[in-house]
Amino acid sequence: MGVEGAPVLVSAAVSLSAALEELGSQYTRAAGVPVRFNFAASNILARQIVEGAAVDAFISADEAQMGLVADAGLLEAGTRVVLLTNRLAVVTRGDWPRPLRQLADLGGQDVRRIAVGDPAAVPAGVYARQALERAGLWSIVEPRLVPTVSVRAALAAADEGNADAAIVYRTDVAAARHARLAFVLAPREAPPIVYPAAVMTRAPNAPAARAWLQWLRGPTARATFERHGFGVPARTP
Amino acid sequence: MTAEHLQIIQFTVLVALAATALMLPPGIALAWLLARGRFRGKALLETVVTLPLVLPPVATGFILLRLLGRRGPFGAVLERGGVDLIFTWKAVLLAMTVMGLPLVVRTARAGFEQITRRYEQMAATLGAGPWRVFFTISLPLASRAVLAGALLGFSRALGEFGATIVIAGNIPGETRTIAVAMFGYLETGRDDDATVLLLASLAISFASVWLSNQLAQPARRTRAAPRASALPRARPR
Repeated sequence: MGVEGAPVLVSAAVSLSAALEELGSQYTRAAGVPVRFNFAASNILARQIVEGAAVDAFISADEAQMGLVADAGLLEAGTRVVLLTNRLAVVTRGDWPRPLRQLADLGGQDVRRIAVGDPAAVPAGVYARQALERAGLWSIVEPRLVPTVSVRAALAAADEGNADAAIVYRTDVAAARHARLAFVLAPREAPPIVYPAAVMTRAPNAPAARAWLQWLRGPTARATFERHGFGVPARTP
Repeated sequence: MTAEHLQIIQFTVLVALAATALMLPPGIALAWLLARGRFRGKALLETVVTLPLVLPPVATGFILLRLLGRRGPFGAVLERGGVDLIFTWKAVLLAMTVMGLPLVVRTARAGFEQITRRYEQMAATLGAGPWRVFFTISLPLASRAVLAGALLGFSRALGEFGATIVIAGNIPGETRTIAVAMFGYLETGRDDDATVLLLASLAISFASVWLSNQLAQPARRTRAAPRASALPRARPR
């Protein structure tokens, strides 16, 4: 192992945790730079950064939360890119008796509780709300929603059987222990789900953060992201 | 203050009051047992009763979730009995009760320990059975401590967050307490709303802890002697 440089601290959407942990250790082996992560719902991370958290890079699960950081003037110019795309999926608790095949099935009488990231803030919940609104289901489904602090907390509620269903990302399903995938939403059913990434102006280690984000857009990282189920957008020059 | 704030404050105070009422019978019984009883396992009981005070509240929530969630040993029983607990107001009540109980026990126990044993013995020699001694001598003499403990338990219930978010979630109008709502407001940058709830909880907690401290100071008169009317009259034989 080569000489270790100063670590890069990355605040990243919790839906990326498995893929980024893997890529972080790969990167440390390859480049000799340790990567440390702060995983949470993107709205919490954005709030931390705006309040002064000295992180090097931010990878958000939606443009809105990256936008909050941008509006605060904290993004290093020219570093904001769309790193990944994703899709929404509906999972049911392990012992759920009947198949759910489409979003409209969430309107069924027997679906009493649906866990989602807080639709007021958590990106996965905001996407879920928009998808339900598009399908004309929001008013039926809203009283059944259990808002959670992150998309992974929504998954956990279905995993433990305490929610009948949860709306999560397709990529979260691999982390489920008991919950089962019901269906993945078609791209036209939900707004585009994108993960923007950027280097922060207050980054203690900006050069290393730039190199790390650059590497995340390279072929090695691409293969790992795709294996975890993320979409990697075509690189714009 | 908006209708939303008012609803949250009302809900929290009402459930905390109900939780305090639930804490009292087992709290007083345990306090009495620990103050007066001599039995094997007393140290163990004492430790277990104190645990919710020192465990991370999230850990207590996790234990409750494991026991009472649909996958837990008691969850199945609840389900057969048609009782819906997790993610309902009943879960808020349970979290508050469990978290406040140790404070009732500890404070009330100190009250029982301060009673001059001779009054109890006198009552007993005058023919009062143990229950009568307890309700006419011990409990009235310890009433200030019990009340102080109840107020502390109430204050703790009012501020409960960790266990609540785990087993009751954050459902608007259903399980959202002051603490949970405040966290949600902070998460989403609604600092003004958070401030309203902050001021409300400051006011309620201040009053309640202040009153509790007043009561916990041993009152000279009640220590000196119980009023004659509090002593059981010897029944003519």
